[in-house]
Amino acid sequence: MTVKDIFETMDYGPAPESAELANAWLERHKRKLNLFIDGKWVKPKSGEYFETINPASAKVMAKVALGGEKDVDAAAKAARQAQPEWHKIGGHARARYLYAIARHLQKHSRLFAVLETMDNGKPIRETRDIDVPLVARHFYHHAGWAQLMDTEMPGYEPIGVAGQIIPWNFPLLMLAWKIAPALAMGNTVVLKPASFTPLTAILFAEICQEVGLPPGVVNILTGNSAMGQKIVTHPDIDKLAFTGSTEVGRYLREATAGSGKKLSLELGGKSPFIVFDDADIDSAIEGIVDAIWFNQGEVCCAGSRLLVQEGIAEKTITKLRARMESLRVGDPLDKAVDMGAVVSAEQLQTIDDLVKQGVAEGGQCWQPSWALPEQGYFYPPTLITELSPSATLAQEEIFGPVLVAMTFRTPAEAVELANNTRYGLAASVWTENVNLALDIAPKIKAGVVWVNSTNIFDAASGFGGYRESGFGREGGKEGLYEYVKPVWEKNLPSYKEEIAPQLGAAEAAGFVTPVIDRTAKLYIGGKQARPDSGYSYPVIGKNGQNISEAGLGNRKDIRNAVEAAAKAGAWSRATAHNRAQVLYYLAENLAARAPEFEARLMAMTGVSRRKAADEVATSIERIFYYAAYADKYDGAVHHTPLRNVTLAMPEPLGIMGIACPEEAPLLAFVSLVIPAIAMGNRVIAVPSFRYPLAATDLYQVLDTSDLPAGVVNIVTGEQDDLANTLAEHDEVVSMWYVGSFAGSGMVEQGSLGNLKQTWVNYGKKRDWFDAEQGQGREYLRRATQVKNIWVPYGE
Amino acid sequence: MIQETSQLEQVGLERNPGMPLKLDWLKNTQVNLSAVERRAATLGTRRTVKKQWQAAWLLRAITLMDLTTLAGDDTPGRVRRLCAKARQPVRPDLLAALGVSDLNITTAAVCVYPTMVRTAVKALEGSNIPVASVATGFPAGLIPFGQRLEEIRYAVAEGAKEIDIVITREYVLTGNWEALYDEIAAFRSACGEAHLKTILATGELGTLRNVYKASMVAMMAGADFIKTSTGKESVNATLPVSLVMVRAARDYFERTGYRIGFKPAGGIRTAKDALNWLILMKEEVGREYLEPELFRFGASSLLTDIERQLEHFVTGRYSAAFRHPLA
Repeated sequence: MTVKDIFETMDYGPAPESAELANAWLERHKRKLNLFIDGKWVKPKSGEYFETINPASAKVMAKVALGGEKDVDAAAKAARQAQPEWHKIGGHARARYLYAIARHLQKHSRLFAVLETMDNGKPIRETRDIDVPLVARHFYHHAGWAQLMDTEMPGYEPIGVAGQIIPWNFPLLMLAWKIAPALAMGNTVVLKPASFTPLTAILFAEICQEVGLPPGVVNILTGNSAMGQKIVTHPDIDKLAFTGSTEVGRYLREATAGSGKKLSLELGGKSPFIVFDDADIDSAIEGIVDAIWFNQGEVCCAGSRLLVQEGIAEKTITKLRARMESLRVGDPLDKAVDMGAVVSAEQLQTIDDLVKQGVAEGGQCWQPSWALPEQGYFYPPTLITELSPSATLAQEEIFGPVLVAMTFRTPAEAVELANNTRYGLAASVWTENVNLALDIAPKIKAGVVWVNSTNIFDAASGFGGYRESGFGREGGKEGLYEYVKPVWEKNLPSYKEEIAPQLGAAEAAGFVTPVIDRTAKLYIGGKQARPDSGYSYPVIGKNGQNISEAGLGNRKDIRNAVEAAAKAGAWSRATAHNRAQVLYYLAENLAARAPEFEARLMAMTGVSRRKAADEVATSIERIFYYAAYADKYDGAVHHTPLRNVTLAMPEPLGIMGIACPEEAPLLAFVSLVIPAIAMGNRVIAVPSFRYPLAATDLYQVLDTSDLPAGVVNIVTGEQDDLANTLAEHDEVVSMWYVGSFAGSGMVEQGSLGNLKQTWVNYGKKRDWFDAEQGQGREYLRRATQVKNIWVPYGE
Repeated sequence: MIQETSQLEQVGLERNPGMPLKLDWLKNTQVNLSAVERRAATLGTRRTVKKQWQAAWLLRAITLMDLTTLAGDDTPGRVRRLCAKARQPVRPDLLAALGVSDLNITTAAVCVYPTMVRTAVKALEGSNIPVASVATGFPAGLIPFGQRLEEIRYAVAEGAKEIDIVITREYVLTGNWEALYDEIAAFRSACGEAHLKTILATGELGTLRNVYKASMVAMMAGADFIKTSTGKESVNATLPVSLVMVRAARDYFERTGYRIGFKPAGGIRTAKDALNWLILMKEEVGREYLEPELFRFGASSLLTDIERQLEHFVTGRYSAAFRHPLA
C-alpha cells in the first residue's frame, strides 16, 4: 500500500510489536525449559517435555518440562525447608525481596508482555498496559504488607507451604496474585502455571534468581493436571490456592476435605452487566467492550450477561452492534487490535459448540461483518439475543467473546435476574443515579461490583467470589488472611476419644408429686417444634440418670429450619445498631435467669457451681462483646489508584450452619452463634448430642429478647448426621463445625455441592474461656465476606 | 470580491438547516466523566498507525488543518507568510519522496481575525483555500450583541467563507438554552452562505453534561461545525471533551440525518496528538468524518511537528524544526 492509497482509505496498517527479544530469550534456553526447584533449574525426573503453542499461529514455541510426582516431592521439600527461615528473616527483609521483584519486573516489563502475548494469544495492549503493570503493582503493594505484617496482623502467623495452581487466562497476573501475598506473609510457594501458558512463570523464576531470592522460597513446576493433583494431595503442602474452573475447584475441595489444608478458590462466573435507562449509554457500550471483549472474553469475571432496561434495549443493542463492527481482531502482537487469539484449539471448539447450542435453543446470533485471520485460533465478538434466563448460554460460563443480552423492567427485576445464577464473582452496574447504584450494589451476590466501570483491578482491593465462584479474597488486607492462621490454633490439644455415655433409666423416686415434665423441643422459625421423626432421646446427666428428653431431629427438621432462616432475611438488612440492641437485651435476659442455667450446667455436665457460674457469666460477657462489635466491625475504603472510592464492605454470608461442641455447652454455643448473628447471618445451630439442653433452654431467652423468628434455629439430635445435612444443603452458604476430626472432614466433603465456605476444627479443642481462642475478630471475619464496590466519581 | 468555490461546497454535503429548539433532547443527557476519560485514554492505546500508514495519516491531518494565527501582534506580513505556508505546507521534496506530489496537499483553511481576512483572501487567491475568521468578540464574546452580528457581516464581506463564533458562556452556565439557541441562530443567519463554526469554550463550561447540551443546542441552531475552544481558555481541546462533542454530533445525525463537523482547537501541538484525534473520529463516527467538510484541527504549531515526522519517515533520520519553512 502506498502513502497515496492510504491517504484515501485511511486504513490502519499493521503495527507489530517485535517478538525478537522474546524469541532470543527462548533461543537462549534452546527452546527447552526446565523446572525451578530450590533455586536451581532442574530437568524433570521423567525426562519428558511438552509443547507450548502460540495460539495466534498454532506453532510450537518451546518445549517445557513435564513435572511429576518426584519433582513435586523435591519442590515441596525445598519449600518446607526454606519456610521457617523465610518467616524468621522478618517482614522488613521480605519487603526488600518483594520490592526487588517488583523493580525487576518493571525492568523486564516488555519482555514479560511480549512473551505473555505469544504464549496466551491476548493483545499486546493488554499485557503491556494492564497485566504487567498490575503485576508490578501487586508486588509493590505486598512488599508493604510484608513490612507491616507485625503491626497489621498481630496474632497471625504464616501457614507454611502454599501450593498454587493458576489458569491460562492471566498467567502472570494470577502468579502475582498468588505469590505476592504468600511470600509477604512468610509462606513459601510451589506454583504450577497452566500447561497452555507456562512461559512467563519461568521468566518470573529467573527474576527470583536475579534478585537473589533464597532457594526454595519460590518453586515453579510446569506440568499437566496429573502433576497438579500431586500438589493438591501432597502432605507437605499446607495451603492450596487455586484459580480456574468451578469443576476443578470442586475437585480440589473434595481432594483436600479432611486433610487440614487451607483452601482458597477463585472460580468461574457469569457476571451480570446491568444498564439502567439513566445510564450514559455510549459509555456503557465501551464498558461492554471492556467487560466481554477484554482478553477474548476469557475472563472469570467477564460481564457475559448484559441486562438492559427494556425501554433502552433497542437503542443499546443498535449502538452495540455498530461498536462491534469497529472492533479489530488479529495478530495479538499487533498494537492496534482489540482481540487476539483464543488460547487453544480446544477452547475455540468449546466456544463454538456452546454458541451453536445457543442458536439451537433459539438464540439470535450476531457477529460483525468482517473476516477473521485465517491462521490461528480466532473467534469473533458475538452477541446473542432472544434467549431466556433458562437457556444454556444464559447460565453456563462460556469463557469466550460471547455476550448474552436480556432485558429487565425494574431495579428489583434487575437484581433478581442478576442473582439468578450459581455464580457470584462480579457485577457491573451502570446508572447516573447514585441512589440507584448504591441500592443495587449491595443487593447483588458478587464479590466485586463495579459502578459505571468494569474489569478494573488493583492490589489494594480484594477480588473473589460468592457462591460457586469460590471463596477467599485476593488483594487488599482481606486477601492476606488466606495466607495466615491465628497463632492460637497452633498448640490446641486434640479431643480425647471418649466412651459414649450409657443410657440410664430415670430413677424412680417413689410416691411423691413429680416435677412437671419439661420436654426440650426443637426451635424453628421462632417456635418450639416437635421433631419430624416423632422420636426423642434421653439426655443423661452427670450421674448417669436421664435428666430430660431432647428431640431427635432429622433431615426434614434441618430443611424446615433452613426455610425458616430463609424467611428471616430482614435480619441481614437490619441496622447494626438494631442487631446490637437485640443482643444486649439477650444478655440481659440470660443474666436474669443465670441461676437456672448454672443449675442446668451442673446437672448436665457435672461441673462445680463455681465453674458453672463462670460459664454463664462468661457467656453473658461474650454476648456483650459481640453486641459491642455489631456496629464496629467496619469495612474499609481502599486506596486504589483511580479517582474513585473502593468500598470494602463486610457483608453477612446469609444462612449458616453451626455445629457446637460438647465442652462448655452454653459458652461454646454462645461463642459460635452470637458472632454469626451479630454480623447479620441467620443460623441453624446443632448443639452437641450429649449436652443439648443449655441450647434448648436458651430458646426461651431468645423468645423474650426480640430476636426475630428464624434468625436462630436449634435442631438437636445425632449431631454429625444433622451437620452433614447442613453441609450438603445448597441454601446454606457457610458451615462451622467444632467437633471430631472425622466430622470436620465430613463437613468439608459435604460442602462440595454449592462450594460453601467451611470453618472446621479438625478435632482440635479450643478453650472457650480463653478470650484469645473463644472470641475475636477472626470469628467476625469468618461470619462475613468482603464485597468490593468500585465507585468512580467526577462530574 | 474574489469568487471561488470553497472546499466545503465542492463536496455537496447537505448543509445543516437547523431546527426548532427541542429541550427534551437535552433532558436526559447523561455523561459519565470517568468512563469518558477511560475511553479517551485508551483510544490511543488501542489504535496506532506506523510507517507509511502514519505518513499518510499525517498528510491527511495537514489537509484537515485550519492554520491559525490569532494573536495581538498579527500583521499583514505574518498573515501572508501563514497563507504561503497553507498553500505549501510540506516541502516539495518530501511530498515527492512520499509519492503524493499530485495530491495538492494544502491546509483546509487559514484562520485569522476579521481585520486580517482581506489580506488572507488576497494571499490565497487561486488556491481554493478558504479563509476562516473568528468573530462575535472573540475570545470572550462579551461585546454588545449587535456588534457581534456586525462583526460577522464584516468578516463575511471581507471574504471569509467560514466564521468561528464564540458563544455566551453565561447561557450555558445558567441553563438558559433558549437564549443560547437564539444567539447562535442569529449568528447563523448573519453568516449567510459562510459556514458557521460554533466555539463552545468547553474549558469554561464546567461539566461534560454542559458540553453535550451546548453542542446539541448549537447544532439545533444551525451550526455547521461545533468547535471546542478559542485556544485562549486555560483548558482547551481535550480528548474527553472531544469525545462528548463527537457523540453529540452522532446523536444529532441519527436524529436529523445531518452531519455536523467537529473542530478541536487549542493545545494540539504534536503529530501524536493529531493522530489521536483522527483515531477518535474514525472510531466514533467513521472514515467519512476524516474530510475537511467534517473535521478540522485548529492549530498553529502542529504543522511543524508533522513536517518533522514526515521527514523522519522519508529519511529515517530524526528531523529538526529549522529544516522546515516557517509559517
